[in-house]
Amino acid sequence: MSDKAPLRQPAPPANATALTSEVARLIVEALNLDLAAADIDPDQPLYGEGLGLDSIDILEIALVVSKQYGVQLRADTEENERIFGSLRQLVDYIIAHRTK
Amino acid sequence: MVAYRAGMPIFVPQFLADVQRVAAILGSSAHVLNACADRYHFTVGFAASLISGKVSLLPSTHTPEVVRQLSAFAPDVVCLTDEADCTLALARVFYPDDAALTPPVSVRSPAALVVPQVDESQLVAYVFTSGSTGTPLPYRKRWGRLVACVREEAQCFGLPQRPPCAIVATVPPQHMYGFESSVLIALCNGHALCAERPFYPADIAAGLERVPGPRILVSTPVHLRALLSSGVVLPRTDLIVSSTAPLAQQLALETEQRNDSELLEIYGSTETGQIAVRRPTAGPEWRLWPGVRLRPEGETTWAEGGHIEQPTRMCDVLEVTAEGRFLLHGRLTDLVNIAGKRSSLGYLNHHLNSVPGVEDGAFFQLEDSRVSHTGVARLAACVVAPTLDAQRLLEALRERIDAVFLPRPLLFVAKLPRNSTGKLPQETLRALAARPRTGALTSLTIPPEHPSLAGHFPGIPVLPAVVLLDEIVRMVETDGSLTSGSWRIGAAKFVKPVRPGETLTLGAEPLPNGSIRFNILRAGQPVAHGVLIPSALQQRPDDGRQAG
Repeated sequence: MSDKAPLRQPAPPANATALTSEVARLIVEALNLDLAAADIDPDQPLYGEGLGLDSIDILEIALVVSKQYGVQLRADTEENERIFGSLRQLVDYIIAHRTK
Repeated sequence: MVAYRAGMPIFVPQFLADVQRVAAILGSSAHVLNACADRYHFTVGFAASLISGKVSLLPSTHTPEVVRQLSAFAPDVVCLTDEADCTLALARVFYPDDAALTPPVSVRSPAALVVPQVDESQLVAYVFTSGSTGTPLPYRKRWGRLVACVREEAQCFGLPQRPPCAIVATVPPQHMYGFESSVLIALCNGHALCAERPFYPADIAAGLERVPGPRILVSTPVHLRALLSSGVVLPRTDLIVSSTAPLAQQLALETEQRNDSELLEIYGSTETGQIAVRRPTAGPEWRLWPGVRLRPEGETTWAEGGHIEQPTRMCDVLEVTAEGRFLLHGRLTDLVNIAGKRSSLGYLNHHLNSVPGVEDGAFFQLEDSRVSHTGVARLAACVVAPTLDAQRLLEALRERIDAVFLPRPLLFVAKLPRNSTGKLPQETLRALAARPRTGALTSLTIPPEHPSLAGHFPGIPVLPAVVLLDEIVRMVETDGSLTSGSWRIGAAKFVKPVRPGETLTLGAEPLPNGSIRFNILRAGQPVAHGVLIPSALQQRPDDGRQAG
């Protein structure tokens, strides 16, 4: 063990599986959905078919995700189509851009 | 200047040239469904329709059902769209690629500045509301009245006293509010509209930053609430406008303080257009547009005069307090407003009950105890539909009604709690929703070596469906909250084959008559669903019939 403590803690390692469950739970709670977090297939579309969310839901998720992980979502980047393409894609985006 | 796109100005001669170009490709039909997402494209398309004597159709939603009904209303309608993946079932005219349009016309060219004149009595648009028979009702809009309305709006906003403003809006140009307050107000008063329609708080800030001041933000309570919630800082914005749903006093105050701006609220309807304005932080009273009068009749109020096309019964409870002033007390009971979109329970119930497989169904409103970041509380619904599952029912509903009205939660019941006169009191429906519902939820892994059938494909064995039913019954019997005994299949549908070794989620929900509605999911996808009936119950006429 080094006796020099680091000045700043590094970000927690990206544990995608745990984060996926956490984000799924956030979504179910925030949108008051009628299913268990474990029932969200990580690869099914979130918007439209699949989970069947609409644009109000997407905005709600964006706000929740922003508060929890410090990620600001923008629609005018090409990435946006993919970010909400599935839970997995949303989690990947959070991992790449989280500040909390 | 007419507009900004990505912060770049578009001047009048360019606009006029674009209008001529689009008018030339609209064809000969008399009606246009203007579905352009880009606000500048929409405006050009609208102006092109104007000068060609065509009528623009502006429904509040573009579900397949509404599109079918519009085709019946105006069989020659064509759809003008700027989206390559537009799937509306109509003859389509694509907005020309911006790069392919006539190169910018010289400002000095005399032809460039001929502004087409439009007669004030010309019918320029139909807007549509949701009637209780399930068909959208058309309301006509004539040019003179629209112009008079938005000229007055400009007065209310103090625009004549300001240099030309840039108007950023989060609302679609097709909705009456967006049509008046993000398109016509700019076009008829010499201000600039912005082509984009920002969505996330960060986009709204970016949209405002890209344009020079003075800036106006035209938005709704949903987006204003999201803005506050996100903490995103806006650049200097001189005026913020809100409409489509009541804005909480506290929200108005915080928005003004956070942005050092003035916030005005507009009140109106699809039928009448906007008719009143107030500054919520200055007091609750609304001020009517000049010439507009309110006429109370029993519990309801009619609005007429001024720019209003025809006397219209307003959907809200209004209290006239003085000449030209009133207070807003809330909706009349059948009407709903979800995230700024208006409909009626009658209209929505009509469509719910028209879904094949729904025997009886009703939408209702829950008490708003949850507070979300967007402040939107959804409608709930309760249905008797023994052969359907939630997914299929919602898919069918999605064809018919706007997505914002899709029910959450959607409750399946054996019978709707109608009282002796056949009515469904809202309190009874809410009590149903408040009952704890999910009886049991279990995860189950079928052992890989479980006996199975050969299946259609070599090497891919299929678990017999009866094994799944057996697991459901076992779960039901071990769960103390559900009844036990012997069971009959009321309905059963096996959607996907299951293989040994797979992990499934089993759900079972008790129905009021003692039956069990079950569903089985694999990785979030439905595998099987149906209803088990205790053998003790009377046989129903359609029992034993396999669903689907």
